[in-house]
Amino acid sequence: MNDTLAGLVQVAFLLVLLAACYVPLGDHMARVFTVERHWRVETALYRLVRVDPAGGQRWPTYAAGVLGFSFVSVVLLYLLQRLQPLLPASFGRGPVPPATAFNTAVSFVTNTNWQSYVPEQTLGNTVQMAGLTVQNVLSAAVGIAVAVALVRGFVRAGTDRIGNVWVDLTRATVRILLPLAFVAAILLLVMGVTMSLRSGVDMTGVDGATHTLPLAPTASQEAVKQLGTNGGGIFNANSAHPFENPGAVSNLFQIFLMLVVPVCLTRTFGTMVGNPRQGAILLSVMGVLWGALLAVAWFAETHPNGPAALAAGGAMEGKEVRFGIPSSVLFGISTTGTSTGAVNSMHDSWTGGGGGAALLAMLLGEVAPGGVGSGLYGILVLAVVAVFLAGLMVGRTPEYLGKKLGRVQVTAAAVSILVMPAVVLLGAGLAIALPGTADALGNDGAHGFSEVLYAYASAANNNGSAFAGITVTSDFFQSTLGVAMLLGRFVPILAVLALAGSLAAQRRAEPTAGTLPTDKPLFGVLVGGSVLLVAALTFFPALALGPLAEALS
Amino acid sequence: MLSTLRRQTATGLRLLIVLTVVCGIVYPLAVWGVSRLPGLSLSAEGSAEGSSVIGVDPVAADPAADPFFHTRPAASAAGVLGPADTTTSGGSNEAGDSTDLLDAVAQRRAAVAAREGVAPAAVPTDAVTASASGLDPDISPAYAALQAARVARVTGLPDAQVRALVDRATDGRTIGFLGEPTVDVTELNLAVQQAAGR
Repeated sequence: MNDTLAGLVQVAFLLVLLAACYVPLGDHMARVFTVERHWRVETALYRLVRVDPAGGQRWPTYAAGVLGFSFVSVVLLYLLQRLQPLLPASFGRGPVPPATAFNTAVSFVTNTNWQSYVPEQTLGNTVQMAGLTVQNVLSAAVGIAVAVALVRGFVRAGTDRIGNVWVDLTRATVRILLPLAFVAAILLLVMGVTMSLRSGVDMTGVDGATHTLPLAPTASQEAVKQLGTNGGGIFNANSAHPFENPGAVSNLFQIFLMLVVPVCLTRTFGTMVGNPRQGAILLSVMGVLWGALLAVAWFAETHPNGPAALAAGGAMEGKEVRFGIPSSVLFGISTTGTSTGAVNSMHDSWTGGGGGAALLAMLLGEVAPGGVGSGLYGILVLAVVAVFLAGLMVGRTPEYLGKKLGRVQVTAAAVSILVMPAVVLLGAGLAIALPGTADALGNDGAHGFSEVLYAYASAANNNGSAFAGITVTSDFFQSTLGVAMLLGRFVPILAVLALAGSLAAQRRAEPTAGTLPTDKPLFGVLVGGSVLLVAALTFFPALALGPLAEALS
Repeated sequence: MLSTLRRQTATGLRLLIVLTVVCGIVYPLAVWGVSRLPGLSLSAEGSAEGSSVIGVDPVAADPAADPFFHTRPAASAAGVLGPADTTTSGGSNEAGDSTDLLDAVAQRRAAVAAREGVAPAAVPTDAVTASASGLDPDISPAYAALQAARVARVTGLPDAQVRALVDRATDGRTIGFLGEPTVDVTELNLAVQQAAGR
């Protein structure tokens, strides 16, 4: 079987795996957030933290819960890193410097998992497990909770309650993420992923030389790193490291893990609103975008135009032999399309076209298919915009799923969409304008600009992958990228929760002859068009200066 | 509003502490416990002795009589090709239009061609490009074939036998379509050492 055919069969196999999970996992998640009954362990937990699980919350209370929970998460994670020498199993590794600790704390709490440190030299087991692994789970739970709250806005009518944030967080953790992560971690172990509490081990090479290999509690973090679309590696090389991703099977399984929850959440949405086709249409938009980006990256990586790649005979710099090009681009587009940010190849060494596709996967607003929860609320916000635009064209008050979209709803959607481009363009512009930035770049010319653009796109979209040649350890980058992650995460969340509250308060409008059917392919085209329109209008100039210039040179 | 925020933050802190115990201690230690089961414990620790998981380039005592198959170049290496600095991991992050990378490719090509005694054009792609991790344990069958003649010469093994060992260390795509055909360098070197009786 030749390379391309084998790669295509792998893609088909991945799609079959996802299709097999779509209904069972999607409907399971819908049940998790609709049934009344609490598990006994949950009731005990609610009593322990003094929460009344029966109490529904208005959107400001729900939002205060999300913000408060995330705030204390950042503080705890920051303190764990700063106090590392006092913690057990730290292997003598010192306190993480303040700017790095701030950046990392924000990064893991916002589900970004941008990493400006070398994990195997910086962090011990306690920070890895009690700090980072925890946020790998909880930041994903926050994403699911916010998405579910928005769906409730469509489902409910004439109420100011959109759910209970503590119940949603607990159920997302206890009933979805932890059980799936545990099973996934065991499967990863079987596939050869390491799991050690030791700091490292000495190995003797065939030449008799001794080398020290760092070890880490890999499998438990690896599973939830992908499942929660987090992406922060326990080793510097992330999923390119043989201890994190030892072979072709573990590689495909990791790609599956990052896609499975965002994909199945569209089914959860469809089931909760009582019409699975509503979710399927949104999934088809995500799928077409993902497929198109994959095709561009695949073609670009197999047809490199850079002089160094041509001299080498192919774009294998920064790629592993066991993955080759097809499994590297499949991983790369899935990781940027889902806001995961894990890498099994170094995106900075990708071709202009391939790197541009990875960058675009983020700049579309992380909806192809987006992060856990954030992908669903991201595409729902874009669906609101699409309905609004369609309403403008025919001159009717737009409505979506029986809810009228007036000034409040469209404003919330616009705020949610526009904050990311504003942060990316202002951040990248500011960085480029500063004289010190040129020294921080790993490459010259158009590719150097792409490194800066990629960094802010990755931060503001809570992706976390990098064109890693750029040195981001200066206080300027640590702090501005940290702020970009915070704004890119929490401004949309606030807007989405406000949208949820305003939708839940409305009575349901019965569909009329003039209502736009939102479960038909035409609506998919409208949503996809809105995604592309927003991204093209805001980012075309920036993309032209970076990846497009490199691809066409 | 502010009192709501304060109250919710306090609740959030209590929940965070409980979930930190569950997700940060119970969950990873449970996975660790499973990893201790017989059959899993070897790979869980990276099967570090003579690891065939991690690729660290062996260094010949006498470069003129080099008995080893070599791994791919590593970005963390001090020299042109290897060995990598195993205490860290990562790639070069050089772009395809980087002149530094262009120079590095030319140097690696010259070094490999000189070592194997072949024309520079015969050196395959994976031999002149650094891997993503710097610890790539695998090379392409083409790069293994290129090195087979030298290894046979230096070790004194018949050409055909070394080639048979390469074939045995070559893995096709898993279940026919996953990944790429690979040759595990550590495994191959151990097999050669055993055959040569060293």
